[in-house]
Amino acid sequence: MSDLLEIRWHGRGGQGAKTASLLLADAAFNTGKYIQGFPEYGPERMGAPITAYNRISSTPIRLHSNIYYPDYVVVVDDTLLDSVDVTAGLKESGAIVINTTKSGDELRKHLKGYKGGVYTIDARRISEEALGRYFPNVPMLAAIVKVTGLMPEDDFVKDMEGSFKHKFAKKPEVIDGNMQALKQALKEVKKV
Amino acid sequence: MGIRERLSGNEAAATAMKQINPDVVAAFPITPSTEIPQYFSTFVDNGVVDTEFIAVEGEHSAMSACIGAEAAGARAMTATSANGLSFMWEMIYIASSLRLPIVMSLVNRAVSGPLNIHCDHSDAMGVRDSGWIMLFSETNQEAYDNLLMAHRIAENKNVMLPLMVCQDGFITSHAIENIILEKDDEVKKFVGTYNPEHYLLNPDEPIAVGPLDLQGFLFEHKAQQNEAMKAAKQVILDVAADFEKWTGRKYGLFEKYKLDDAEIAIVCMNSTAGTTKFVVDQLREKGIKAGLLKIRVFRPFPTEEIAQALSHLKAVAVLDKADSLNAAGGALYEDVASAMYQSGAQVPLVNYVYGIGGRDTRADEIESVYNDLLDIKYAGKVDDPYRYLGLRREGDK
Repeated sequence: MSDLLEIRWHGRGGQGAKTASLLLADAAFNTGKYIQGFPEYGPERMGAPITAYNRISSTPIRLHSNIYYPDYVVVVDDTLLDSVDVTAGLKESGAIVINTTKSGDELRKHLKGYKGGVYTIDARRISEEALGRYFPNVPMLAAIVKVTGLMPEDDFVKDMEGSFKHKFAKKPEVIDGNMQALKQALKEVKKV
Repeated sequence: MGIRERLSGNEAAATAMKQINPDVVAAFPITPSTEIPQYFSTFVDNGVVDTEFIAVEGEHSAMSACIGAEAAGARAMTATSANGLSFMWEMIYIASSLRLPIVMSLVNRAVSGPLNIHCDHSDAMGVRDSGWIMLFSETNQEAYDNLLMAHRIAENKNVMLPLMVCQDGFITSHAIENIILEKDDEVKKFVGTYNPEHYLLNPDEPIAVGPLDLQGFLFEHKAQQNEAMKAAKQVILDVAADFEKWTGRKYGLFEKYKLDDAEIAIVCMNSTAGTTKFVVDQLREKGIKAGLLKIRVFRPFPTEEIAQALSHLKAVAVLDKADSLNAAGGALYEDVASAMYQSGAQVPLVNYVYGIGGRDTRADEIESVYNDLLDIKYAGKVDDPYRYLGLRREGDK
């Protein structure tokens, strides 16, 4: 039986949604899964809406289309809620994770009657406190790992530490900040 | 044992090139294949390959440099897409007619215009009669494996033809997926060294390359190219057999997926074959006898083998990710149709042009093709064989 998990990311160019989807693919790969991580490229420029996708399964993945009926959606920028149909096709057995400071009631006005789980996280504050700059992708990555229960938190933290050491080999000063943002996000993501 | 990894299709192609370690790579960046020479130039800079990397000023020069290198007796590779291949076009024919076994990684993209950077097969279809061997790849794994097999095929004494390995731009080139890599030393052993029979830098055998070839001989030379193309078919199978012994991964001229007992089937190439397999599995659960024939070797075209593999079916759909704009049908459809006609197979055949300019092809669209095939199966004939899949029409959103 297939246990295919499909995740769609909505962000804006420059926020790292694509990188986050690739890091999520990496993390799931390291737990022995079959993975896909791919962006939908458009006329890319800073600030324009972008979409990225993940498929994660314990059996080989053959589908090579975009994802239309995701189990989970991650919204990296809440200003997209007015312009992008973020809950399109989203399964009600799944959930949406939004980077925002808005309340659940306020958010639901934008979610077209979506009845599944709604989770929020203030990735801006977490990132600015941890890194002194706004990079929402690492907190959002941690949030989706927590919400999906894709892997044990300890394994994820350990795995990401390894990834960051590799990824930021030339910028070791940002490793601690990213790890702090990651751990804080695991604590703060909440169902609203 | 292979190495479990996760790579994009471009990373897979660049990794194959690193392990092959050719004498010369000449390339010019163009989306979506840019990353291949980009990664490769890093390998050169870091000293993990001893390739001469020629950063040319355009693709015409990239292919010209590969031609010069191969004629000199070196092993040369390049990578390109779409308009990059268009700009090479003059030299593409020269490479094949000079019988130079250059290997290219072609990351398929729509040829302009208007400008589009996304995947379709119009670039590859534009050079389908240029005398290059053309292999298509469903996944990053197949793009990698096809490149590892490429030189053994192209450089075979009975072949001596250039070869391109195609994969879908963005869909596989920019998607991270699982892959099994082979060890560097094993790749080196499998690929072997290139020992050309005739080459310019051989002081013991002065030769001319590319002289005037008029009414007296060009015809015969073209026929010889075609003989080489025919010979390539068996060589491709022989190399695949050796490859399977080494890696356990099996390749043929095409892949039959649940085809032998099928009643209806789709014929397609590259990443869409994966989505089609997913749909075939779903239909099989409902008791519908659906199958797939995935083309791997498009040139030489395995005419008799394909006709034989499809002859028992009740209806077949051929999917073309390029429109031939000939008011008659796509290139793959026409090849399959002529193969069927030649063999006398009386199977209703229908053509769908799909996925142009990166239009995404969904599983439910593939399923709609199988539903159409069920209708054709009951009707026993096709009235309108030249169709579109996923085309928006007036009034659609």
